[in-house]
Amino acid sequence: MHFTINGTAYTAEPDIRTSLLDLLREHLGLTGSKKGCDHGQCGACTVLVNGRRINSCLSLAVMHQDDEITTIEGLGTPEDLHPLQAAFVKHDGYQCGYCTPGQICSAVGMLDEVKKGWPSHVSETLGDVEFNDGEISERMSGNLCRCAAYPNIVDAIRDVAEAKA
Amino acid sequence: MKTFTYEKPASVEEAVGFVGAGTRFIAGGTNLLDLMKLQVETPDKLVDISRLDLAKIEDTDNGGLLIGALVPNSDLAADTRVREKYEVLSRALLAGASGQLRNKATTGGNLLQRTRCYYFYDPAMACNKRTPGSGCSAIGGYNRILAILGASDSCIATHPGDMPVAMRALDATIITLTPGGDRRRISIHDFYRLPGDTPEIETVLEPGELITHVELPAPVAGKQLYRKVRDRASYAFALVSVAGLVSVENGKIATAQLAFGGLGPMPWRDSRVEEALIGMAPSDEVFAAAADILLADAQGYGSNDFKIPLMKRTLIACLRELTA
Ligand SMILES: Cc1cc2nc3c(=O)[nH]c(=O)nc-3n(C[C@H](O)[C@H](O)[C@H](O)COP(=O)(O)OP(=O)(O)OC[C@H]3O[C@@H](n4cnc5c(N)ncnc54)[C@H](O)[C@@H]3O)c2cc1C
Ligand code: SF4
Ligand code: FES
Ligand code: FES
Repeated sequence: MHFTINGTAYTAEPDIRTSLLDLLREHLGLTGSKKGCDHGQCGACTVLVNGRRINSCLSLAVMHQDDEITTIEGLGTPEDLHPLQAAFVKHDGYQCGYCTPGQICSAVGMLDEVKKGWPSHVSETLGDVEFNDGEISERMSGNLCRCAAYPNIVDAIRDVAEAKA
Repeated sequence: MKTFTYEKPASVEEAVGFVGAGTRFIAGGTNLLDLMKLQVETPDKLVDISRLDLAKIEDTDNGGLLIGALVPNSDLAADTRVREKYEVLSRALLAGASGQLRNKATTGGNLLQRTRCYYFYDPAMACNKRTPGSGCSAIGGYNRILAILGASDSCIATHPGDMPVAMRALDATIITLTPGGDRRRISIHDFYRLPGDTPEIETVLEPGELITHVELPAPVAGKQLYRKVRDRASYAFALVSVAGLVSVENGKIATAQLAFGGLGPMPWRDSRVEEALIGMAPSDEVFAAAADILLADAQGYGSNDFKIPLMKRTLIACLRELTA
């Protein structure tokens, strides 16, 4: 099977049952994406597929051979952090860091959804969406943080959203 | 997970050619893979329909919408036509799951998602839906999230979906392709089955029948809402929910379309509730009488008894808002 991950072509022959998450971690050595629950409940495994955030644990690798996949390793490097990575560092948006790659990939996808004008459950109207902290919390509710770093995560995301606006 | 063979058909016709008892279509995979990991589902063949050309939302000649079975929940919720004319549907979708899941979950898969009954998910426990004839652990067990209407002695599971509740309030039609190559149009009102003594059979679909589209009729006048009551403010399944479309003319309720989630094995609708409202001037007494009709046959099983008063209060609150 052939995959494109972070712009690099990979070949692997995993078992047909392999999830996208296990492909990344166990077959390709991309261990940035984390496994929390393996059932779509925690968001630690969030990656971007063709720019959209998904839970890589609930998807089969074999179904992603034509896709562009971006993981936390593809967003930035220690020398050249992605703005969200830098904001998480600045605002201490973590304690243990286990949920952080998923939080950051999810936030990248989420800010793109906001840019496209997608409403959320807490949006007052389904017309023009106003962006605020309540929107950040609702839109990030698929990413759990066992350390409850939530206030700092919201600060980090708000910073980047405001800088973009 | 049990192993399986994998097929990637290039057309809907080819997809329905793979019929067999152990065959499952896979779309977003967010429900099927979850259940396969637990060996609740053990298909021997997966037919990957995710790349078929069924991801468009089109206008119909009679002013409605034709939604491809593979339209992701996110895209359906964000579609401007849906946001403007079928607000109840956008709202129901946005109240479900998480941003990541909605990006993968499809229209067809959402209709067919299985119950979240705790015992169905646990192969160590008796469950008639998972293993017909083994018994029902939820009757006499933990049943906080389970049914108060439409249940049977075999199964008290609820359909957990939000989108299907809005679809039922909107009188949607499900369009399919049978393995024999026939197109079927099935009203959502006839699509789901009560459990009776075969709770493993949940819809009228034949084995191997593919949902290709869901059609919505032209939008109706009036206010629309979806209200979901749950254990936390986000990212949780409904305890009870209401999808409502109500119009008021000259101080009287002119039209009412109401469907309910969390109550039964299918998104629930009861025409007697709507008949009790139409022609009446809105008041709390009228709303309470309608709720009593809805809940006349409701039965709690212990830990879900609270749903009966919760549903009554929620419906009254929704009707106040819809007629304000
Ligand atoms: C943590 C979590 C929270 C969730 N919260 C909610 C919630 O709050 N509200 C809610 O409504 N849902 C919720 N969901 C469920 C989610 O909405 C469903 O998993 C999703 O809609 C299923 O769609 P899918 O495309 O991924 O289906 P799949 O998993 O691909 O398929 C589901 C079933 O449908 C069949 N199928 C799929 N497409 C077709 C078709 N076109 N024709 C015939 N058969 C088909 C498959 O064979 C399978 O049996 C949640 C899920 C998770 C994991
Ligand atoms: S309620 Fe239905 S799904 Fe739950 S244990 Fe009983 S038979 Fe199984
Ligand atoms: S590991 Fe995928 S959501 Fe938890
Ligand atoms: S930082 Fe520890 S789980 Fe989020």
